[in-house]
Amino acid sequence: MTDNSSTNGASNGAANGSDVLIDVRDVVKHFGSVIALNGVSMAVNRGQVLCLLGDNGAGKSTLIKTLAGVHKPTAGEFRVEGRAVDFNSPRDALDAGIATVYQDLAMIPLMSVTRNFFMGREPVKRLGPFRFINFDEADKTTREEMQKIGIDVRDPQQAVGTLSGGERQCVAIARAVYFGAKVLILDEPTSALGVAQTSMVLKYVDQVRNKGLGVIFITHNVRHAMAVGDRFTVLNRGKTLGNFARDEINMDELQNLMAGGKELQQLSASLGGTV
Amino acid sequence: MVDKTAQSGGEAAAEPPDTTPAQADERIREVSAMTKILRRPELGAIAGLILVTVFFLITANANMFTLAGIMNFMAPAAQLGILAIGAALLMVGGEFDLSVGSMVAFAGLVFGTCLVVLGIPLPGAIVITFIVAGAMGALNGQIVLRTGLPSFIVTLAFLFILRGMTLVGLKWATGGSTQLRGVKEAVEGSWLAGFFSGDALEGLFAWFASMGWVDTFKNGLPKVQGVPVEVIWFVIFAAVATWVLVRTRFGNWIFAAGGDANAARNSGVAVNRVKTILFILTACCAALVAILTVLDAGSTDARRGFQKEFEAIIAAVIGGCLLTGGYGSAIGAAIGAVIFGMVLIGLTYTTIDQDWYLVFLGGMLLTAVLFNNFIRKRATGER
Repeated sequence: MTDNSSTNGASNGAANGSDVLIDVRDVVKHFGSVIALNGVSMAVNRGQVLCLLGDNGAGKSTLIKTLAGVHKPTAGEFRVEGRAVDFNSPRDALDAGIATVYQDLAMIPLMSVTRNFFMGREPVKRLGPFRFINFDEADKTTREEMQKIGIDVRDPQQAVGTLSGGERQCVAIARAVYFGAKVLILDEPTSALGVAQTSMVLKYVDQVRNKGLGVIFITHNVRHAMAVGDRFTVLNRGKTLGNFARDEINMDELQNLMAGGKELQQLSASLGGTV
Repeated sequence: MVDKTAQSGGEAAAEPPDTTPAQADERIREVSAMTKILRRPELGAIAGLILVTVFFLITANANMFTLAGIMNFMAPAAQLGILAIGAALLMVGGEFDLSVGSMVAFAGLVFGTCLVVLGIPLPGAIVITFIVAGAMGALNGQIVLRTGLPSFIVTLAFLFILRGMTLVGLKWATGGSTQLRGVKEAVEGSWLAGFFSGDALEGLFAWFASMGWVDTFKNGLPKVQGVPVEVIWFVIFAAVATWVLVRTRFGNWIFAAGGDANAARNSGVAVNRVKTILFILTACCAALVAILTVLDAGSTDARRGFQKEFEAIIAAVIGGCLLTGGYGSAIGAAIGAVIFGMVLIGLTYTTIDQDWYLVFLGGMLLTAVLFNNFIRKRATGER
């Protein structure tokens, strides 16, 4: 099953071969005796949105944390733009162009929009031996970047806590894009949002794709996935359940795969643990 | 079908950014100048300073606000202030250090022992004191960061460990006493002593006196011969700490580390390094205060710095620091320390019983926390 789907993914990627940004083959991750990932394969192309679907405990979080440099894979291949990589920290992943936007950990509410936007990569101005943050430039850039996505930040010094959830997600995504991310990993960006704010985020995801970035969009919600996804990878119990292009599957099938896969697994477990 | 709507929606969004702002704005009120002022974390401290000043202008003997009176309360304010600024930076960074008071005593012991028992010259003694204190701070920090225990508990342990080690160490160094004398004699004639004890800017004050700008004795010498040297240290440190916190990359990382360590780490902030540096800095503040006060008194004893950790944290809270971290001000903590000094010394200029000081302390802390919480909710739009 896993084999079949990964060749499926590879053949699809071959259509625009050099456009593969991230290629993951049979990644395994153990936490002590817990097997969190047991052979996951997927590929993300330039200008495409890959939706990563799966129920709780399917290994989505572990997978993206592995891609983001938080965890090191126990085994398996991980290539970025064709080169095998080995990340030791989130910083390494950032430097390789992989930016992760976590659902609730993206922003610090008490800090200003500007300070959040440039957190960890502040523009520095020198004056003799002193180095300090160039706030004029930082404020200007923040306002411009927010303007581009249709959010008017009147005062970039206002605290992020004053923004809505959707706006916060957009600020986090805009930050990643501004700092030259090639691949964006969005961890359930819409799960805590209302309808209008969800569409704000989805629109922006579409904008980002049109810029030529690769996006990994993690979600529970098949509807949101179908709205922006080009490809779909379904995970279940640490394994790839399938890789599909948009025209290969419809919403109901995807939904059934997420739900039905679980029943299948439970059934197989009760029959002795073999698939 | 769903696909189409999403795609067309996306294109529509890309085009009209010129029109969206006007519409996006309608529910966001213009940020008033008042909100901007309310957003400053040190607002509470400034309000408190004005309140306390007015109180003493009314109740206290007029001598309190002469130049001599001001120097009188600025000296203890400066000693506390140096600790409070360190505590404030650490609190903004999301950690506590309850061991600073004991660290003052311990650093005093190290400093005194170096000078009196080991006979090391002043510059060497100062360097050793800072290194030992910094190492203890780093140890505090490493235990907190590696175990993930709350810094409250770890540094509470060090509050007792350091105090106890000071007692034992003093008895060892003196042969049974808890006071180590003879520091004045040991530093006699050292060129460095002037930077850590006595008054500064004496020439300036003599010149002021000759110009008739300050009160003088009959022989023409100024009544106030200079600014206590700890006040100079305090002012410089407050300015540098404020600048670092507000304007530099390291300052932004302090806010980030305290605001949400995980989010900061994910954004590439070296959270552990920032926190370790802050623990070391706090310990070095304690060492500086130890050096200043030991040189001033000419001796060191086991009660030095007693309960200063609480006063420092209270001053930081009055200065606008949140107990949860990620928000606060160095200049606010400095103002908080000045409020302390004014009340501690100011009460002696009034007919009020001085023991009201402790009541004031607690009352001020409670008011500051309530006020800060209210302001923060208003200013950050927290719901």
